Amino acid sequence: MIQFDAVHKRFANGTTAVHDLSLRVPEGGVTVLVGSSGCGKTTTLRMINRMVEPTSGTIRVGGKDVTEQDAAELRRSIGYVIQQAGLFPHRTVLDNVATVPLLLGWSRRRARSRAAELLETVGLAPDAARRYPHQLSGGQQQRVGVARALAADPPVLLMDEPFGAVDPVVRTQLQDELLRLQKELSKTIVFVTHDVDEAVRLGDQIAIFRTGGHLVQCAPPAELLARPADDFVAGFLGAERGLKLLSLRTLADVPQAPAPQGGTWTLVLDEAGRPLHWATRDTEVPLRPLRDGDSLLAALDESVASPTGLTARVDADGVLTGVTSRDDILRHAGRAHTEARVSA
Amino acid sequence: MYELLENLGAWLAGGEQWSGSDGIATRLAEHLQYSLLATLIAAAIGLPLGLLIGHTGKGAFVAINLASFGRALPTVGLVVLVFLAGGLSMLPVYVALVALAVPAIVTNTYAGMTAVDPDVKDAARGQGMRGHQVLRQVELPLALPLIMTGLRLALIQVVATATIAAYVSFGGLGRYVFDGLAQRDLVQVLGGAVLVAVVAVALDLVLSGLQRLLFRHRTA
Repeated sequence: MIQFDAVHKRFANGTTAVHDLSLRVPEGGVTVLVGSSGCGKTTTLRMINRMVEPTSGTIRVGGKDVTEQDAAELRRSIGYVIQQAGLFPHRTVLDNVATVPLLLGWSRRRARSRAAELLETVGLAPDAARRYPHQLSGGQQQRVGVARALAADPPVLLMDEPFGAVDPVVRTQLQDELLRLQKELSKTIVFVTHDVDEAVRLGDQIAIFRTGGHLVQCAPPAELLARPADDFVAGFLGAERGLKLLSLRTLADVPQAPAPQGGTWTLVLDEAGRPLHWATRDTEVPLRPLRDGDSLLAALDESVASPTGLTARVDADGVLTGVTSRDDILRHAGRAHTEARVSA
Repeated sequence: MYELLENLGAWLAGGEQWSGSDGIATRLAEHLQYSLLATLIAAAIGLPLGLLIGHTGKGAFVAINLASFGRALPTVGLVVLVFLAGGLSMLPVYVALVALAVPAIVTNTYAGMTAVDPDVKDAARGQGMRGHQVLRQVELPLALPLIMTGLRLALIQVVATATIAAYVSFGGLGRYVFDGLAQRDLVQVLGGAVLVAVVAVALDLVLSGLQRLLFRHRTA
């Protein structure tokens, strides 16, 4: 657990980066710090591992005041991932990942075997180990950055806009990987981003900062989207925040019915029973079959696009299990909103 | 002109010029000895200074001013000055050569240190490296190509200038230049000059080749 108490940071040039911050980061969860640039989110993150020293107030990690610990030793016990990865260009990928274990005095052999293990954990092929960072793509470099941060198995992971510099497709992949890893590892993660969608996707709780280093609201994403504390938060979350809330709910408990037979539109399946497209006698409209794990937002999108208003549902193998009507999806969307407003 | 070149060729090819206590081989060895020792002393002074300025980021103006100071310093004047103050010894020659080499080493070392990506230094600190570990494990290896360039430039400048040892009666390839001038023997002057140039260029080629070999893994 990480606890900020009345933390204040004023830089030498007189600007206040963080103003009277009290914040609790629960153990084993992802806390996302979000806000526009210059709002103090990165400064807040960097005060946790003493890359920045607070002007006043206390920060405790696992109950211990960080300023009472040796800064270098503290940092070795906290994973740190930065934008552009910040890998050491003169060291191989394997040696980059082995950095902290070696600083902790592990033998080279043990550090390297641990590093090799971690490359696999973050989804890199073993042949990446001997390469140099500049020989990897941006997404791969970011994975190495995550592996390096995890090498000594720290309980806390600080991530400063780690996926800010990669393209949207790779970013989504990396987010998925992080969620998968987190399910396995249950680290206490503090994640900085300026991307609201990323925050909603990854966060167990989201802390929104306003320029001048003010924490405006800290809440789980659903609560934040349903009940923004003020106009600033509402504006920051964007006009479609109602839809964003739907991205947090899955289709799992929305009912399905057998596919209709003999209307104008027919649902065409392949021989294995996987849906291909909607068709009339002379046209075809493509479709996107949905699984239970897909979000209500994806379902709404598909039901709006579908010529029948029906969404094809499939199992893990892509075989049709039934269809869901636009009305059912809308009813569940409405219920999701009501629940988010009512639950405290 | 053609005759001069012919004579020069004969002078360089002449076997008797190469051997003996005042032969080309001896002069070359002296020349290299002066140059390497001077560069080594300059490195012992310039490297720590450049690393310190680069690592702490303090005293950058020293590095910058040192560079222009070094360029403006008249080497022969310095030799004469130290000679007049300290009497006849190799000391004035070494002082002048070291003074010539230090700025190139300091400024290149400093430039190499400042060229290290701040994100990489930040990451190094963030992983828990102490100041000296960041310097040794990250900054120094990353600055090394430029540091080596500084040493190479310094050595070549020193080789080209070490002829001044002969100006105050010592050896080296400058002997031919100054003796030739005194004896109005243009072939000997040219021969000495050509030898100095060849040594400087050869050292440059060898060292830059070595650099390329060492840093072949690096991006440009």
